[in-house]
Amino acid sequence: MTQEKKFLVSPGPHLWRNLSTSKIMYLVVAALMFPVGAAIYYFGYHALLIMAVSTATAVLAEYGVKKLRHGEFTMDGSAIVTGLIMALTLPPTIPWWMAAIGAAFAMAIAREAFGGLGHNIFNPALAGRAFLAACFSGEMSTWVLPMHFSVDAVTAATPLNESFVWHADKISLYKDLLLGNVGGSLGETSALLILIGGIMLLVLGIINWTIPVSYIGAAALLSFCLGQDALLQVLAGGLMLGAFFMATDYVTSPITNKGRIVFGVGAGILTVLIRCFGGMPEGVCFAILFMNALTPLIDRYIKPRPYGSQRKAAQ
Amino acid sequence: MAGIILKKRSTPHGVKIPESKPTGNKPIETLPFPKKAIVPLHQNLGVPCEPLVKKGDSVKTGEKIGDSESYVSAPIHSPISGEVTGFTKLIGPTTGRLTDAIIITADGRNTWEEPEAAKDIAALSRDEIIALVREAGIVGLGGATFPSHIKLSPPEGKKIDTLILNGCECEPFITSDHRIMLEYGEKILLGLGLSKKVFKPDRIYIAIEDNKQDAIDHMEELVMEMGLDRNIRIVPLKSKYPMGGEKILIKVITGREVPSGGLPLDVGAVVQSISTVKAMYDAIFDGKPLIERVVTVTGLVERPGNLCVRFGTPLREVIDYCGGIKKNVNEILLGGPMMGTSCFDLDFPVTKGVNCILAKESTPVKEENCIRCGRCLDACSMDLIPTNFVKYVKNHDYAACKKASIADCIECGACAYSCPAHIPIVEYIKIAKGELANKKRIKK
Repeated sequence: MTQEKKFLVSPGPHLWRNLSTSKIMYLVVAALMFPVGAAIYYFGYHALLIMAVSTATAVLAEYGVKKLRHGEFTMDGSAIVTGLIMALTLPPTIPWWMAAIGAAFAMAIAREAFGGLGHNIFNPALAGRAFLAACFSGEMSTWVLPMHFSVDAVTAATPLNESFVWHADKISLYKDLLLGNVGGSLGETSALLILIGGIMLLVLGIINWTIPVSYIGAAALLSFCLGQDALLQVLAGGLMLGAFFMATDYVTSPITNKGRIVFGVGAGILTVLIRCFGGMPEGVCFAILFMNALTPLIDRYIKPRPYGSQRKAAQ
Repeated sequence: MAGIILKKRSTPHGVKIPESKPTGNKPIETLPFPKKAIVPLHQNLGVPCEPLVKKGDSVKTGEKIGDSESYVSAPIHSPISGEVTGFTKLIGPTTGRLTDAIIITADGRNTWEEPEAAKDIAALSRDEIIALVREAGIVGLGGATFPSHIKLSPPEGKKIDTLILNGCECEPFITSDHRIMLEYGEKILLGLGLSKKVFKPDRIYIAIEDNKQDAIDHMEELVMEMGLDRNIRIVPLKSKYPMGGEKILIKVITGREVPSGGLPLDVGAVVQSISTVKAMYDAIFDGKPLIERVVTVTGLVERPGNLCVRFGTPLREVIDYCGGIKKNVNEILLGGPMMGTSCFDLDFPVTKGVNCILAKESTPVKEENCIRCGRCLDACSMDLIPTNFVKYVKNHDYAACKKASIADCIECGACAYSCPAHIPIVEYIKIAKGELANKKRIKK
């Protein structure tokens, strides 16, 4: 006879996909290893230091805030993602303590103060970067050429600066942009490695095509219409990194696929407008932050039509 | 061949669940009749039955022991022959409400109620068929237990042009319909003939998921053999949950959408489960009312299988027949893992709606914050925004739920299945639906 035993009563469904928030986060970290590798290859030990400090500070900041608010801290990997992504947007010569301030701001203010994971309005990594840009504008706009593991840094303009001069032919420029042999933020220089990481996320189903395609597509189209070198605009600066790793942040982008396309197109247009007409050479950070602010509005107006409800035209 | 098998169809929504139907090749076994049957008087969607017997009465197998005057009800018959030895009250695991139950102690003879004089089935009229289905206590056996005679009587002026026979069985683990198709295919098709007579549809589709290729082939063979192929088509469907949902099936096969708050008949379609039409065959061809059904017993039991179980048999006896449950089992589900409900003890009997008994080991899952990944939207066959309901319920904003068409949710659980934050979305939706129903009742 089956023994006398009362059984558990739990709400359905009783089966889950083999997926969790932390698994998603660690897969993003894995994909980030491609741009992280590029950053270390091109900018040496200091790049490693900045990324380590930024990541560690982000985790500590989350832990600290959770403790202060008597919340429960779980190591779900989201702080690592934020810390790493923020580090990748910083100039290679930035002092390590500035990275720490940025990461602390990103986690403590931009994320935890809004309620923690899932509740923040702005992409924390980009908010941290924007905070640093406002505080330390000099350090945040000093660019050097890749010096690998040597210590001699040569200051140079990034490909998006007006003062940027390229002496060789266009093909070698594109090649260097793809491989990352140009000046720029730690993780943005090699478009190819970012693309590999991004495709990895696409294949694993962590992100879908909507935001990267609409973002890059809109930016390329608008630059072409404005008479710019569309390929240069796409490959240079933080566009690839932004399109694959930052604009695709679930929390701060629209929840519907249609909304995501609107978001991507908006970010693409804003990026190019800031680059061409704004006061800054680069616009990815603020374009995405601006679209983050519009996300609740996009979600309010772009919703799927429920099955069986009347189509608008029929009403 | 003339090709009665249509091209495979699919839907962009729903979720792919890894194949998990280990009992698909286990033939149906008949469970020994219970010595004591506990027969709840509420086994259908709608109004419970009133008992027709009192303590001390002797009853025969198939004798009507409960019925109701109400239209939305189905009579209940004695699953065994013996004596009514008392009444008891049970908590229905699916409804959570107390329901009366009749206790029948078996005499061990299984004496059947005298079958009515052999009928001329071909001469039965539409109304006679419906009356016989009502008398036999047949309800939708796919799980919803909606009284079948109501489904068979669409209001005047509603033309049913499409009849869909549902053999999808998209829930993981359940294989009862699969086995019925393989073993009782002829009965299904003869039962289908009765439905056809009632509805006079222009087209009949037999919908089967592609993880049951043997059933697809078998049904095709039978349809050809029995010469029924004129307007019957078999539709293979991609195995995807919840393909077998009525509204999803209608959309995938006919392209029509059942209007919000409406019924399939509003778009000229009717969906019947294959086990329901098989029960119609039993009732009308053999004169046997609905007193048993095929139940898949699976999960962490010693010998999983498909059993033909008389209603009123306690779960304990079913599980013991299968060698008992394994040590680590801490949860028993009635139904599949997606839509099944937990049952807290094994004294509860098998009823008309139980298509599966699943023993499993559950570990508590921690609910995390929604990260707005949108997977629940991709999964939702009804094109709702499941995560928003969670947000609204947390704010006690039930009006917002209503506005966001919460009533259209079929509670299939595909959203919660795909949620990386393990939010029990369906539970939140049920809370909101309950609150909205209460509000409506208070208004009245």
